Amino acid sequence: MIRIEALEFSYDSREFRLAVDELTIESGERVAVIGASGSGKTTLLHLIAGIVLPERGRITTNGIDVSALSEPARRDFRIVNAGLVFQEFELLEYLNVLDNILLPYRINSSLRLNRDVRKRAVELARSVGIGDRLSRCARQLSQGEKQRAAVCRALLPCPSLLMADEPTGNLDPANKARVLDILLEYAEASGATLLTVTHDHELVSKFPRVIDCKEFHFSSSASGSGGSELEREGP
Amino acid sequence: MRDVVYLAWRYLAYNRFKTAILVASITLIFYLPIGLQVLVSQSADRLTARASATPLLVGTKGSPLELVLNSLYFESETPELMTYSEIERVARDGLADPIPLHARFRVRGFPIVGTTLDYFQFRDLRVAQGEQMAILGECVLGHVAARELGVTPGSSVTSSPETAFDLAGVYPLRMRVAGVLEPSDSPDDRAVFVDLKTAWVIEGRGHGHQNLSGPEANSAVLSQDEKNVVGNASVVEYQEITPTNAASFHFHGDRSTYPLTAVIAVPRDEKAGVILRGYYESETESAQIVRPDFVMEELLETVLAVQRYVVAAFVVVGFSTLATSFLVFVLSLRLRRREIETMIKIGGSRKRVAALMATEIALVVLFSLVLGAFLTALTAWFGAEAIRAFLVS
Repeated sequence: MIRIEALEFSYDSREFRLAVDELTIESGERVAVIGASGSGKTTLLHLIAGIVLPERGRITTNGIDVSALSEPARRDFRIVNAGLVFQEFELLEYLNVLDNILLPYRINSSLRLNRDVRKRAVELARSVGIGDRLSRCARQLSQGEKQRAAVCRALLPCPSLLMADEPTGNLDPANKARVLDILLEYAEASGATLLTVTHDHELVSKFPRVIDCKEFHFSSSASGSGGSELEREGP
Repeated sequence: MRDVVYLAWRYLAYNRFKTAILVASITLIFYLPIGLQVLVSQSADRLTARASATPLLVGTKGSPLELVLNSLYFESETPELMTYSEIERVARDGLADPIPLHARFRVRGFPIVGTTLDYFQFRDLRVAQGEQMAILGECVLGHVAARELGVTPGSSVTSSPETAFDLAGVYPLRMRVAGVLEPSDSPDDRAVFVDLKTAWVIEGRGHGHQNLSGPEANSAVLSQDEKNVVGNASVVEYQEITPTNAASFHFHGDRSTYPLTAVIAVPRDEKAGVILRGYYESETESAQIVRPDFVMEELLETVLAVQRYVVAAFVVVGFSTLATSFLVFVLSLRLRRREIETMIKIGGSRKRVAALMATEIALVVLFSLVLGAFLTALTAWFGAEAIRAFLVS
């Protein structure tokens, strides 16, 4: 479960401010985060993941007060508990697909790379249709394949929290659907919480719950709110 | 650590062109001053060792360096020729044992050294294949010369004419290879040794030709008196000394006037050497006596002085290259900021990310050190010979 209380955040260099009085996302929920550009969707994900810290307030994920953790502890928390997927894929061009998928295990000692993990990585790649691309460099992949490789990287540590920042923004309609299906299937199968930032209203319909960030954005003198939420039936 | 090294290795392998340039640059920073030091030091040792093993050299007055380089390494220009009579001066009063040298001609680039058997004893040269030269027209070869010329005992080599249009009488002489010497790791390995008389035959001081006293040579005789027979151009001059024509070979003129390039003087003792040197001190003296070790030391001092400047230049260039390499690393970090941010966002530990960057640098430095060490080893193995050839050419 993710719980945000009395959160306030701002960037030093910008007038942007984000405030969330109270927000709760239950374990296993699949949530689409929408909002205009600059409304704070990505920032909200970064706050939940502990990439940035709030000025005030508390963010608790699975009972852990992420905002109170030290930086190394927050990194350890992320590598184990949170899988991140980015719009630009962010694959390392000098690694092949398999090494990109295994990357989390090589950059933090909280995860141990062993034969089982490698086997799982290969199976995961096969399951998303890039099993025959494992030895290829990232630049040799199509956009859809790149994003599927990036999704595999996020899923490999079996995170309880999956956060995707516009994961389909650079994909054609067929790949959009495929990538989103992979994320939703994983969340469904593992019971992980899925937060997906998207601009694409076609995709929003696939999420039972939608959070609009426009209400989190406020001026420094105004009071915060709980955001505008639309509860849906399942897709 | 293994994961970090693996990622660093993948990065360097992917950017192999950039890596190769960095490795080459940093290798040169290490290698140039160290390699030069090794090169100069080894060359100095080898040059000095040969010079130290040769107590005194007598030659016509002129460049002492040219005399030493020609007599010890058989490589330099031929010094002005001296006469065989110098042998007697060196040997007078029993002050020193003279070893004559005639190093003027070549066999396809390999020096022909006319000398006596004393030279082989003096340099401790032993025959490995075949036998020592025994008669006029025979030669023994250093093992490198034999290998490069592709000859073995029983085959033959031919002296090269000095110039293509040499009409003065220096005809090519075909010489039988009597033996091949054991390797000595010295310039003797590249020499073609002949008896002094054979060298004089090549020089044109001695020759063999058709017998003009017989009736079959009548058509070749222009005039004849009690002492001399004058032949025309049809007289057959032998270009190879064989058992059947050896008796016809003879020398003209006074032997004491025959040419030598130098005489190695091996003094009886130190005092005898000093006295002998005193004989050649006169300003009117046409010959000179030199201590090869002193001459080589002077040469090496010049080389070392140049080396100091070169090393200083290398240090400056090295700092500049190091600064450039540092800049490349810094710019590379900037270009990779997004990659680093990604690793941090997904939870990469700061230590590991920093270790990754440091390992890349460490691997480049390590490769450079290994390559530098390899080049230094190559320099140690082959460089001294190369620099010797450079110095004497």
